[in-house]
Amino acid sequence: MNSAVNRISGGRTPVWALGLAGVATLLLVVEIMPRLGLVDARFLPPTSQILVALADRLGMPEFWTALGQTLTTWVTGLAISLVAGVVLGVVIGSVPALRAVTASTIEFLRPVPSVALIPVAILLYGTGMASTLLLVVYASFWQVLVQVLSGVQDVDPVASDTARSYRFSPLTRVRTVIWPTTLPYAMTGLRLAASVALILTVTGELLIGTPGIGKLLGIAQSSGAVASMYAYVVVAGLLGVAVNVLARVLESRVLFWHPSVRGEVAA
Amino acid sequence: MSGMVKALRSVLQPVLLAVGLPVVILAVWWVLTAGSTSYFNPPLRTIVGVFGDTWFSSPFGESRIAVDVVPSVLRLLSGYAVALVVGVTLGVAIGSSRVLRAYAEPVLEFFRAIPPPVMVPILMLFLGIGDTMKIVVIATGCLWPILLNTVEGVRGLDPVLRDTARAYRLGRVATVRHLVLRGASPQIVTGARQALSIGIILMVISEMFAAKDGLGFSIVQFQRSFAIPEMWSGVILLGVVGVLLSLVFRAVTNAVLGWYLGYRQSQHGGA
Repeated sequence: MNSAVNRISGGRTPVWALGLAGVATLLLVVEIMPRLGLVDARFLPPTSQILVALADRLGMPEFWTALGQTLTTWVTGLAISLVAGVVLGVVIGSVPALRAVTASTIEFLRPVPSVALIPVAILLYGTGMASTLLLVVYASFWQVLVQVLSGVQDVDPVASDTARSYRFSPLTRVRTVIWPTTLPYAMTGLRLAASVALILTVTGELLIGTPGIGKLLGIAQSSGAVASMYAYVVVAGLLGVAVNVLARVLESRVLFWHPSVRGEVAA
Repeated sequence: MSGMVKALRSVLQPVLLAVGLPVVILAVWWVLTAGSTSYFNPPLRTIVGVFGDTWFSSPFGESRIAVDVVPSVLRLLSGYAVALVVGVTLGVAIGSSRVLRAYAEPVLEFFRAIPPPVMVPILMLFLGIGDTMKIVVIATGCLWPILLNTVEGVRGLDPVLRDTARAYRLGRVATVRHLVLRGASPQIVTGARQALSIGIILMVISEMFAAKDGLGFSIVQFQRSFAIPEMWSGVILLGVVGVLLSLVFRAVTNAVLGWYLGYRQSQHGGA
């Protein structure tokens, strides 16, 4: 958001000020509601207490260890699905026969909910990081694969034929023809996969007990530490926001040459 | 004669292509595990064998399909429906007002970014562990993608169409119905699709925390009691439920968005 330029036409209040007011309203409502007794303070502590609990966490080394563990699982899972999704997507997408043979299998496996694998993961890998990684990779791999497949399909047939008649080697063809068309799709896949991977990382920690923020949240829940439970939810939310922002920045950096990004800048 | 062969081939080929790889995969799974004595990887034959007994025991009213799977799916559909109504209504309101959008957007982005499963412990505090909790969990998780996509869709409406509606003095209700909802529907459908897969995840997770029935509950129970073939049959059934729901979703989408898909096809010159 370019706050200096992005003012609401007609109004005088800049967008960022309104957004800030929105956040302030949320904090205020959460502060007041339990104090007035509109909700039970045992269920929803006021903002100030949540923030105190959050500040407490930030001073604890365990918190930072857990945050690091969560991020490690997330990055590892995302990297595996990204590499696997791009490689398989380009290979399957550029060979029509492969695409035809695999289409039904992909369509069937994609909607299988990854959490179905939780019991399998626990049996196979116990409560370690591998368990959660299995869920993360399964969920985010399809996001990348499907996007890359539609990207490869979108390659201009004239460009593709030209490359063939100039006898480009398959590798050169991938690099110069297929990849530039596919990259925007792959970036969309990465953005979707990044947030799905975070969801499943935290889910795995919460349900399987893999070390990380989700596990701390589970411990806070079972010990009835409500304020710190909310603090962890806030942390998870901020982590999610950071992931979304990061993915968007990365997308516009990598695709600076692409019309969709250039259009956004101009507008 | 050759015409018949050709016709036969044009019918058979897509079927073979669609069925071929799944059959190969299942066959490999079957053969590889046939002699398996591994506790965790029972032979596929055993899994298939227990599948019927586990889920479709008679009488039907007491089978796990009726007792566990149907309530799960009903909770999913109720939560999803709530999210759809609330999300689209709020989305139209927020998308139509610049000020409201600027005011609400950061907060909405934050709520969307919270991984939905972490809301389960919080909602358990308020609502206990009954059906209401599970439906609310599903609804709150499904809400954000629908809401934010609706906002995007409403914001991206063609300004010429908007002005036209205004010039013709279309009433407020008619404008929302014919212009806003219809124009935003491709985006709404995108959000609804993301919401559906989140909803299925939450259906399972809410039952893994605490439940007395449900598909997710059954699978975890099998796992904890080390009924491994039954657990695998549950995992497969859950996969099938996911696939069926996505097929239903696609059919509904094609019906609702028929005009849009046709329009896009004509725009792309049928390519």
